[in-house]
Parts: sequence; structure tokens; C-alpha cells
Amino acid sequence: MKEHDHTGDSMNAARPKAPSPIIEVKDISKSFGSHQVLKDLSFDVQPGEKLALIGPSGSGKTTILRILMTLETIDGGVIRIDGEPLWHMEKEGQLVPANEAHLHRMRTKVGMVFQLFNLFPHKTVLDNITMAPILTKGISRSDAKARAMELLDMVGLADKATAKPAQLSGGQKQRVAIARALALQPKIMLFDEVTSALDPEIVEEVLGVMRKLAAETDMTMLLVTHEMGFAHDFADRVLFFDAGRIIEQGPPDQIFRAPQEERTQLFLRKILAAGRAI
Amino acid sequence: MNVIEADWLGYVQLMLEGALVTVELTVYGSIIAFFGAFILGLAKLSPWFPLRWLAIVYIEFFRGSSIFVQLFWAYFVLPLIGFPLSALATGIMVLGLNVSAYGAEVVRGAILTVPKEQWEASVALNLTKFQRMRHIILPQAIVVMLPTFSNNVIELMKASAVVSLISLADLTFQSQVIRLQTGNTLLPFAGALLIYFILSLIIVYGIRRIENKMAEGLDVVRS
Amino acid sequence: MQWDWNFIYQILPTLWQGVIVTVQATLLGSLVAAILGLFIAIAKRSSNKWISRPVSSLAMFVRGTPLLVQLYVLFFVLPDIGILLSPLAAGVIGIGVHYSAYTAEVYRAGIENIERGQWEAAKACNLSSHQIWIHVIIPQAVPPMIPALANYLLMMFKETPLLSAITVYELMTAARGVANSYYRYFEPMTLVGIFFLLISIPTVILLNRLEKKYSRRR
Repeated sequence: MKEHDHTGDSMNAARPKAPSPIIEVKDISKSFGSHQVLKDLSFDVQPGEKLALIGPSGSGKTTILRILMTLETIDGGVIRIDGEPLWHMEKEGQLVPANEAHLHRMRTKVGMVFQLFNLFPHKTVLDNITMAPILTKGISRSDAKARAMELLDMVGLADKATAKPAQLSGGQKQRVAIARALALQPKIMLFDEVTSALDPEIVEEVLGVMRKLAAETDMTMLLVTHEMGFAHDFADRVLFFDAGRIIEQGPPDQIFRAPQEERTQLFLRKILAAGRAI
Repeated sequence: MNVIEADWLGYVQLMLEGALVTVELTVYGSIIAFFGAFILGLAKLSPWFPLRWLAIVYIEFFRGSSIFVQLFWAYFVLPLIGFPLSALATGIMVLGLNVSAYGAEVVRGAILTVPKEQWEASVALNLTKFQRMRHIILPQAIVVMLPTFSNNVIELMKASAVVSLISLADLTFQSQVIRLQTGNTLLPFAGALLIYFILSLIIVYGIRRIENKMAEGLDVVRS
Repeated sequence: MQWDWNFIYQILPTLWQGVIVTVQATLLGSLVAAILGLFIAIAKRSSNKWISRPVSSLAMFVRGTPLLVQLYVLFFVLPDIGILLSPLAAGVIGIGVHYSAYTAEVYRAGIENIERGQWEAAKACNLSSHQIWIHVIIPQAVPPMIPALANYLLMMFKETPLLSAITVYELMTAARGVANSYYRYFEPMTLVGIFFLLISIPTVILLNRLEKKYSRRR
């Protein structure tokens, strides 16, 4: 377990007195059919930390976000959020698989923004944002609307409140999707390749919103991305994945400027060659 | 021909009365079919095996035995085993229950066309299973269902003609009455066909209007 | 109400007579539907508006009105203009014409499902339009149509009880005949239902498999 020792050192250097982690991932494994995408994966995330997950496609990084959002189950291991197991319930000192009610409670802590936005096409922008707070938190319609307008203002789309998703550009859709996830005020936000489906010239309008979010809130954020420049500026810590394992992790400067592992170096070289400079 | 000329107003009235019975059968039958289709379609998607199995048995039973056989059976046998229903009630019930089975497949198929990303987004927003279905999936699926529902309603209306054989005075029955009273064959049947066709057109355009209303601003690809 | 096996043994031979006619009507009717539907599909694709439009409207009319009334037209109206059909002939033509409007749609969809690239590639290979149909379009279009066509065959089968209204001696007529003469409806009517289920359900299972096979191949 050389890689763990190595990363552990850098972690301690960066955060000498770590408070209790908001996310604890311990020894989780996950297979799709006979293909194992995650292998005994472990890592912690501290409250307020901004984490970037990078690596070749198929390396399992998106699967981690989907597991944290309860969209995929796990085959083994334990995940704790705020100290509470996500996929399990504690019953008479034993961990048993979680039921829907437990998952429902745990999901209030987590929000997610998807690669393909996944806005609800039959609802207006405003209804996309207010629906979940009204339905899941019992917030009054007027309060939900006021909050939604604040969020739309923050993402620069206050004038689009009554539009349907089909009338928006990709960048606008993604900003609405961010506002929609924020409306539930989760402690943890997951961003799954949120700019991959966007044209290069509008990527920045989405990244701008995320920068603002990072500066103005102390939300914990996990980000799967291919935008290495953004990952470098945005993240406190970078995790490099390959074939379902963390190969290397550390502060962005270390990972991007002086990667230790051969596979990290190879991956970054390929990305640079593809024109995605840091 | 003289008889017809003399009394044609009376005969037209008779036809319209028959058409009204046809409309009644179609409307009430469709209402039963609509709710039946949703119940069965959702049951067939249920993760709970017995429910799924029950839906499959129902659907295959009603689709497999001809609607005409079902109607005759209901009309002749049900009273014998203690369910004396009127001809109208029998007609509405059989039409509704039968078309439910066809509609169930439409409901199921349409729900499956809603992209799985929509389910995922609603999980991420922490909606309950019921809320996901009610607010996210069904509103999108129903737009996909409507064109096929329109076909189902037309098939129901067409099948309703068979109630004339259990002496219910619908449009087909009245055209037979007029044929027997006047001896003229072409006019009563041509008139009946025309009225049925107009009803079909009303169904098609009516449902298309609803569909367009619901599809506004929705980028669902329509086939 | 008691299920009387003796009564059933007594009426089975009569019902069997009806079954034979039901099968005849189904097969002959579907033959008419399969062939006439092809002509309708070709006519609808015609670039001549004077052909395509009337044929489309007529097909729409046929699909929008009940088969029962169409059968009455064949059975009662045609003799008035000197065309005398036997009940079975009227029934076969009625079912065949009615469902040709449906099979035409299957053919049309089957042809339209072939990508434009296939036509273009065939032309680029310098095939004649006749060769394109024989070697490129039909071999690709026909197999996926088979489940839909078979489904309509099954639908026609389930329509045959209507023929009892124009005195064709098919299964329903036979059943109602014995029911009326013995004044027992339960067994004959139930037997008719069971017969339809016995034919339909295995066919549906077979069709589902066939459909899965074709959708997998694509």
C-alpha cells in the first residue's frame, strides 16, 4: 500500500489538525457485471474541502459520485456521511442495508449536478428549482420562490425564470441545474463532469458560477472533471484515479507540477497533448 | 324509396339517438380504460412480483380472448351466475376492461421511454418514489402515451358496434332497424359509417389538441 | 351454474365445425390483407397526388369505422347492386380489406425504417431501382415487419366472431346455435373464450421472442 502512505504524508502536511471528516469512504468495492470498477477504495473528505477527482474515463471517478448520491449501490465497504453510514443502518450494533427511509434522510445532505443537466423538460426554470424544496422540505411556495430567485440571480439567470429548459442554451441549463441542487441547501455538492457536454466557449460561464460558489460558501464539493486548469485553481486536493484505485493524491500544485507516479505523469502528458493545458 | 323520403327526419333522429348511445359507450368505456390502463401499466412495472404477475395475467387474458367473445360471455353468462347487468352496463364494462389491457402496454412503454437521467435527477433532489412518478415521470410519459391512446379510443368506439348484437340501440343497431323498416340498405349503413368516421376524426383531433397543449416547450422527440 | 362435461362432449363436434370455418376465415382474410395492404402502401408512396391522397383517405376511413358495419355493407348492400357474395366470401373480404389498411402501415414503416444511406449506397453501387428493391431494401425491411404482421393476423383471428352477424357458420355462430337450442350458455360461451386463449397466448409468447430477436439484431 505504498500509495496510501505517500498520500497520507501529504495530507498531514496540508492539514495538521484534521476535524472529523464529513465523508468517510472505507474499503468500498463496486462491480458492474464481471467488471470491477472500484477496488477497496478508501478516502476521507473534510468539511468545506474542495476535492477534484481526475483520471482516465472508466477509472471509476463518476461511479463514486453516483454512489454518494445513492444512484448506485455498493458491493462492499462502508461510507459515512457526517459520521452516519450512507448505505447502511445501525441496528443493534450491526450494520444492515439501508431502507428507503434512511436513504431519503441521508440524501438531504447531498446534492448533485449532472453532465447532461437533467433538467425536467416539462417544468419552467423556476419550477425546476422550487419543486424539490416544496415537496421534500415542506417550504411554502412563496419562500421557495424567493429563494429560487436569489439563486437564479446568483447564477445570472433571473430573467429566465419562466422559460422552459428547451429554450435555454447548454451553459444556461447547467447554471439552472446548479441552482436547482443548491435550493435544497445540501452540505455536500457533487459535480459530475458538469462542463463536458458544453461548447468550449461557454464552459467558463459555468465555471465562473462554481468559483463564486466556492468563494462564498463553505460547502464541501467533489468535482469530477477533465478541465485540469480549473481543477488546479479550484481544488484543495486532487485525487488521481486509474482502474478503480486512487493512484496518487495531494495538493493541486504537487499533482499537476510534480506528479510522483508514472501513471499520473502519463495521464497528464496525454491530456496536455490533447490541448487541455493547465 | 318513398317511405324514406316521407319519414327521413324520423330516421335521421333515430340515427342520432343511436349515435348518442355509441358516444356514451365510448366515453364511459374510455374513462374505465384510462384508469385501468394506468393501474395495470404501473402494476406491470412494480418491483413486487405478485402484482406484476397479476397484471400480466389480466392483460394476456383480456387481449387473448376476443372482445366479442368477452361481450357475449358477459351478456349471456354473468346473469346466470348472479350478475344481472343491463346491456349498456355490460357494454361499457367489457369495452373498458378490454381496452385497459391494451392501454396498460402503452402506459408501461411510455414510462420506459422517459430517460433514466430523469429518475436520477429526481433521486438527487430527494423526491420520494411517489413524487418522482407523480411530478417527473408521468407528466413526461403522458405526452408519449396520447397518440396511442387516441388509437385505443378509436378501436374502443369501433368495437362498441358489437353491442348492437346484444340488442343495445347504438348507431349500428339503429341502422339495422332502418334497413328492416325501409328495405333500403345503402343509406342507413352509409349514414352509420359516416357518423362513425366523424366520431373518429373528433377523437383524433381532440386528443391531438390535448397533446399539443401538453407538449408545449417540451423537447420530447415525437415519433 | 354447473360445468357439465357430458354436455361439452355432446356439443364439441358442432363447435369443431365452427372452428374450421374460423380458421378458414382468418387465413383467407389475412391473405387478402397482406396482398391488398402492399398495394395500398405502394399507392400511398406514389408521387402522383391523384393516387396517393384518395388511397390514404380511404384507408383512414376504413380504419376509422367499425368492421361490423363494413360487413353489413358487403352483405346487405352489394346484393342490391347485383353482387352476390356468400357469407364467408363477404366475411373474408370484409376482414381482409379492413386489415389491409393496417398492414399497409406496417409495410410503410418497414420501408421508411431503412436509412436513406442504404438507398444512396445502393445507387452509388449503380444498382437499378429494381435491383435496389430486391437486393437491398426488401431483405432488410421484411424480417422486422414479421412480428407486426403476425400480430395483425392474431387480431383478425379475434375479429372472426363478428362474422356470426352475417350468418357465417364460424365458432361463435356454432356456439350460439347450440346454446340457444339447449338453452345453456355457460359452457359454449366459455369454450369459445378458452379456444381463443389457447391460440392467442402461445402466439403472443412466440411473437415476443421474435420481436426481441429482431430488435437485438438491429
